[in-house]
Amino acid sequence: MSPTILQVEGLHKAFGGVQAVADVSFAVSAGEMLALIGPNGAGKSTCFNMLNGQLTPDSGIVRLEGRDIVGLRPRAIWRLGVGRTFQITATFASLSVRENVQMALYSHAGRLRSLLSRFGAAFGGEADALLDQVGMLDQAERTCGVLAYGDLKRVELAIALANEPRLLLMDEPTAGMAPKERVALMELTARLARARNIAVLFTEHDMDVVFSQADRIIVLDRGVLIAGGTPPEVRANPNVRAVYLGSAH
Amino acid sequence: MTLASILIQLLNGLAAAASLFLVSAGLSLIFGVTRIVNFAHGSLYMLGLYGAYSLIEFFGRTPLGFWGAVVLAALAVGLVGVLIEVLVLRRIYRAPELFQLLATFAVVLVIKDIALFTWGAEDLVGPRAPGLSMAVEIMGRRIPAYDLLLIAIGPVVLALLWLLLTRTRWGALVRAATQDREMVGALGVDQAKLFTSVFFVGSVLAGLGGALQIPREPANLELDLAIIADAFVVTVVGGLGSIGGAFLAAIIIGVAKAFCIGIGTVTWFGFEISFSKLTLVVEFLIMALVLVVRPYGLLGKPQAAQRAAEPAPRLQVPSWTFALVWLALLALVPLVADRYTTILLTDIVCFALFSVSLHFIMGPAGMVSFGHAAYFGIGAYAAGLLMKRFGLPMEAALLLAPLVAGLFAIVYGWFCVRLSGVYLAMLTLAFAQISWSIVFQWDSMTGGSNGVFGVWPSAWLADKTTYYYLALVLCGAGIVFLWRVLFSPFGYALRAGRDSPLRAEAIGIDLRGFQWAAFVLVGALAGLAGAVYAFSKGSISPSSISIAQSTDGLIMVLLGGVETLTGPVVGAAIFTWLRDVVARNTEFWRAVMGGVILLIVLLFPQGLVGGLKALVARWREQRA
Repeated sequence: MSPTILQVEGLHKAFGGVQAVADVSFAVSAGEMLALIGPNGAGKSTCFNMLNGQLTPDSGIVRLEGRDIVGLRPRAIWRLGVGRTFQITATFASLSVRENVQMALYSHAGRLRSLLSRFGAAFGGEADALLDQVGMLDQAERTCGVLAYGDLKRVELAIALANEPRLLLMDEPTAGMAPKERVALMELTARLARARNIAVLFTEHDMDVVFSQADRIIVLDRGVLIAGGTPPEVRANPNVRAVYLGSAH
Repeated sequence: MTLASILIQLLNGLAAAASLFLVSAGLSLIFGVTRIVNFAHGSLYMLGLYGAYSLIEFFGRTPLGFWGAVVLAALAVGLVGVLIEVLVLRRIYRAPELFQLLATFAVVLVIKDIALFTWGAEDLVGPRAPGLSMAVEIMGRRIPAYDLLLIAIGPVVLALLWLLLTRTRWGALVRAATQDREMVGALGVDQAKLFTSVFFVGSVLAGLGGALQIPREPANLELDLAIIADAFVVTVVGGLGSIGGAFLAAIIIGVAKAFCIGIGTVTWFGFEISFSKLTLVVEFLIMALVLVVRPYGLLGKPQAAQRAAEPAPRLQVPSWTFALVWLALLALVPLVADRYTTILLTDIVCFALFSVSLHFIMGPAGMVSFGHAAYFGIGAYAAGLLMKRFGLPMEAALLLAPLVAGLFAIVYGWFCVRLSGVYLAMLTLAFAQISWSIVFQWDSMTGGSNGVFGVWPSAWLADKTTYYYLALVLCGAGIVFLWRVLFSPFGYALRAGRDSPLRAEAIGIDLRGFQWAAFVLVGALAGLAGAVYAFSKGSISPSSISIAQSTDGLIMVLLGGVETLTGPVVGAAIFTWLRDVVARNTEFWRAVMGGVILLIVLLFPQGLVGGLKALVARWREQRA
């Protein structure tokens, strides 16, 4: 059994009386792909944002490798080994692809405070190695601002891997991509996660991607976890069928 | 203070708040729909005062003449606003935000000189409102009846605006456009008409605010920038785009100022504190407090995420050869040029560093400063005062001055990095205005409006050519240093933060910390420019810290082009030289400068250097 990387217990969040997330508990192990799914408004984003430090839960525990990370800022959580990709890609548009990855590497090494050395002189090899892994090495010199959307997603993945994360949080990683690209990107993610023993938690709308790539799936509906298990188990779960197909029987 | 005097100050404050509210509401309305920070809004207010003055003289000092003049002046100012929108702004709605700003600066310059040409440089004292010149007795104190009327006008205009915005189709469009301009465009609304009409209404409000002040305040040429600073504070405190917020903030600030003036000079623990001189400081404290507690103003909402702008182009490193050739050329100039040219070149060198430091913060670091002159001026004053008042040798004063400017940047920057976009820009302007008012009012230390005299360099530097070389070395080193920093990990982190704050935070970058450090760095270097400039002139005046100086810096940067490194230097050179040439030939140099800037904005929306580069590229393409 792989060690547990992320442990979430009894997570609660309400917005002005509306319970967005109620008593959510789950865990992700090293090398595991866990998909968090649910209909629109189920609380997936709220849940996600409590894990990455953008929202503070009303109550509950979030442990990263045993360490409580509730109340930490996003950048502190990153320092503890959490990489992130965003639903709408966030990269540095005026920098080159390689520089984007180097930025994360410099930050990881705590070397951004230098005023006089030349940026880019260090970590070129490491950046290229990461870009090679996501298949973006041939575009390393291009400016991020001109890349195709699918390529930006790959760059984000390379950036997210730069701090040798223990956990990857991917919010709608394939949103806005062509169906074929989606499976390819998540296959790549799964391969990297297993090779590097990284725990991956992702939300996703594309059920093909979810059922083909996730090791386990948890289902959120109206803020509550209604099911969890392997893809076949979840597929067979009547609660899930009710939520997604709209009928109780 | 007695109850009666408190009441009096309260009424004074409310009366003053009326015009402040009108101007700010107009500014807010225009910004909400067009996303243009209209610097010329203060000029429209000024025109309102002048217009009302002339029309009253024309109609005669009767109640009908007076009120007819006020209303007509406001409507005429509205038409001026329409003219500005149609002739200038409409052509550049697609240009980068900063270029629109540059255009409104140019309009400020042009209007100022039109006013100078039409009404002369003397203050014009208007009549009291006929029929309302008596005073009303309240609790044993006499209050001008006109003030009571002003107090009533504020809420009336607020109510009318509210009705206009909530009960008419036009109002619905304005509100919709304030929320999502592109969506309104996509729904087939004629944006041009909507923008023009919003400009008209906003300008009428500014003009009315000015015209109503005629019995209280003489019309003068300094009003444009003075009121725009106040209006910025009010909109920031109230929340951009919120009319109700503007009303609330205008009252808070108007009343607070009135109380300061009312309190007058107080002695606390043996210290004499003149509250009447602290009005701007109090205004600032209110704003600082509000921004810390509610960064989007009292009734404002967080700004809607702007749709992805064009990514900034990659910067190119200027080569050493390039830098050395230019340095060599500049070093050779005094050998062939006359004394006059050498002095002008010294000015250019100082302003080049000033402009490059401003470019650093607004371009790569992505924080637009409307008040960069604060650091230039503080550097200049620090240099002069350290020498004159504290008896330091000139050399020591020159080297310490940037540190003093840096210290101020530490304080100002702490607040500024908490904000972004327009709010940030307005806050920087407010800080500059505070610094200016302290300099202007602290007679015993700074020499007040006269400034500091006899700030001459030591004997070995007294020769103009020698001093030019000193300026070239110091400012040149400053420029090279800043350029170098841009390509360091620190500079890249700033650029990364500008591109995507979200991603920067997600990869562990303490963006605010970096931005704060950048603020201090450029503050110190602008201070160096100011100190070098002070000793080259031999005197320092409050104009070195004025809004006009800040806008000069912005013009230099934008003129040269914000997207290239050399642009700000070229911009500083052209602007300084042009101003010198024009100022020697005409009294109306501002209008000429404004005209030139408008021409450039309309012809080269990427700045001179950017525009020339594009031209060269096109020429090469055609040849290939």
